[in-house]
Amino acid sequence: MHKTRFFDHLILICGVLFLMTPVVVAFMTSTHTAAEIHSKGLMLSPGGHFAETYTTVLTRQGGFTGQVTGARMVMNSFILGVGFAAGKIILSMLAAYAIVYFRFRMANLAFWIIFTTLLLPLEVRIMPSYQVMTQLGLINTYTGLIVPLLASATGTFYFRQFFKSVPDELLEAARIDGAGPFKFFIDVLVPLSRTMMAAIFIIMFVYGWNQYLWPMLMTTDESFFTLMRGIKSILQVWIGSQIPDYNEAFALAVLAMLPPVLIVVIFQRWFIKGLTESDK
Amino acid sequence: MKRVQFSSPYLPYVFLAPQLAVIVIFFYWPSVQAIQSSFYLEDPFGFGSTFVGLSNYADAFASAEYGRIARFTVVFTGLVTFFSLSLGLLLAVKADAVIRGNAAYKTLLISVYTIAPPVAGLIGMMFFDQHIGPFVKIAAFFGWEMKVGLNYVDTAFAMVVVAVWKQIPYNFIFFLSGLQSVPVSVREAAAIDCRSGFRRFWTVVLPLLAPTAFFLLVINITYSLFDTFGIIDVMVKDKAANNPITLVYKVYMDGFRGNDIGGSSAQSVILMVVVFVLTILQFRFIERRVHYT
Repeated sequence: MHKTRFFDHLILICGVLFLMTPVVVAFMTSTHTAAEIHSKGLMLSPGGHFAETYTTVLTRQGGFTGQVTGARMVMNSFILGVGFAAGKIILSMLAAYAIVYFRFRMANLAFWIIFTTLLLPLEVRIMPSYQVMTQLGLINTYTGLIVPLLASATGTFYFRQFFKSVPDELLEAARIDGAGPFKFFIDVLVPLSRTMMAAIFIIMFVYGWNQYLWPMLMTTDESFFTLMRGIKSILQVWIGSQIPDYNEAFALAVLAMLPPVLIVVIFQRWFIKGLTESDK
Repeated sequence: MKRVQFSSPYLPYVFLAPQLAVIVIFFYWPSVQAIQSSFYLEDPFGFGSTFVGLSNYADAFASAEYGRIARFTVVFTGLVTFFSLSLGLLLAVKADAVIRGNAAYKTLLISVYTIAPPVAGLIGMMFFDQHIGPFVKIAAFFGWEMKVGLNYVDTAFAMVVVAVWKQIPYNFIFFLSGLQSVPVSVREAAAIDCRSGFRRFWTVVLPLLAPTAFFLLVINITYSLFDTFGIIDVMVKDKAANNPITLVYKVYMDGFRGNDIGGSSAQSVILMVVVFVLTILQFRFIERRVHYT
């Protein structure tokens, strides 16, 4: 018995090392100077240039035209994450409410129209989506960045599932007390869904924050660049330089992964709840 | 459905309107346009387009390059799915077995989950970098001269490692929550009947995990096909020439770099069909052999 325990821990520790080492190394290396990294390789110990590198990355105007700062990209990523999460919750709660709590003829059709979106990921229809956005004149706008990503069913399913589990008696009681559809929604369903909303907000924020392909196509104006988009351009600047700015690239990577990682660690329970219940 | 429902002539439509509007404009419209333009040959400078029937599809299927990329996509998807599922399961089983430090392991193993594919790709690039990459040095120690970004197989290897690395935590979360929902009574009964831990796992726990595993299988295939775009884009850095790429990346390359809208759309439609087939397979074949509790 004792022996198996030992091997269990050994395997787990190997797993943790395999998963965590790259993250730790990325952070440690970002605190060294580029020349040092170039000559010595990746680092496992902290260097003395933390403040310096991160100040540069956040405040220096980089990119092709020299207009976008790291801070601006952080802000854009936040706008995308929060806007996406909020929009997703509002749209999908309303839609799920209509589907579950109303008797109407098109209910099934509406459900299937929404369900179909699960079949085709954005990556598959990327080119025509881009053309539609050009026609609508939404390139380089926050609307164009956020709204098209909302065209999927995940959130709707999640709330539909949850609303179905809400006891029928609540609606009966509410109706006896004379509550209409609006009152029932705001005074009963929304308070009941609070934890669910929090869980889905976290997941959707991370999803929005991590978007890569869509922002890459939608933003040509640097003032709309997100961190993920910035990673692409820092690599393009690299090609041809003598000593690439390894430290700044790592710092950008750390900035890009820090908020999602923190959120998952802090809100771990909600996160797992939202994840395992929404996808099933 | 609910026993009691509201009935209102217009309210449900009002509530559904925003969601449906977004879906119609940003999902159905582009999808229909993809199908439509896959039958046309568009002038790269925007001067109209000609109807060419199925020739865009014929071009795609006839091209040796497309075949090579399709084969790579299949191999890549297979490898990533297999390794990330099995490693995720292994870690979940072990985390479920240990009592001391359980929460710490869990937090540490999960934390990497939210790292975005391009960030994973960037970190991967550094670890496989010619000058500073430790993996390259380790490989050199074993006599393997690794040239990621130049050598086809080496780049593919690096991509698989990074893609698996990013996906393990996801599978871990689901397998662990699946394992923890296996009733204690079942485990105890099994423990009385059989001494071999491995056999108990194989004959009792694993069948109970089948719904989770099946769900994850589909998710992992979708992940390898589509979500790895960021990893691939960062790792090949727009120089797809000698590098392995997946079919989704080819759609992007032809559409945005090559300006071949018809060809790109035809490939989109082919991928749509693949996704449809996957979904049907999911419901028809695999689900039948899965035990639901």
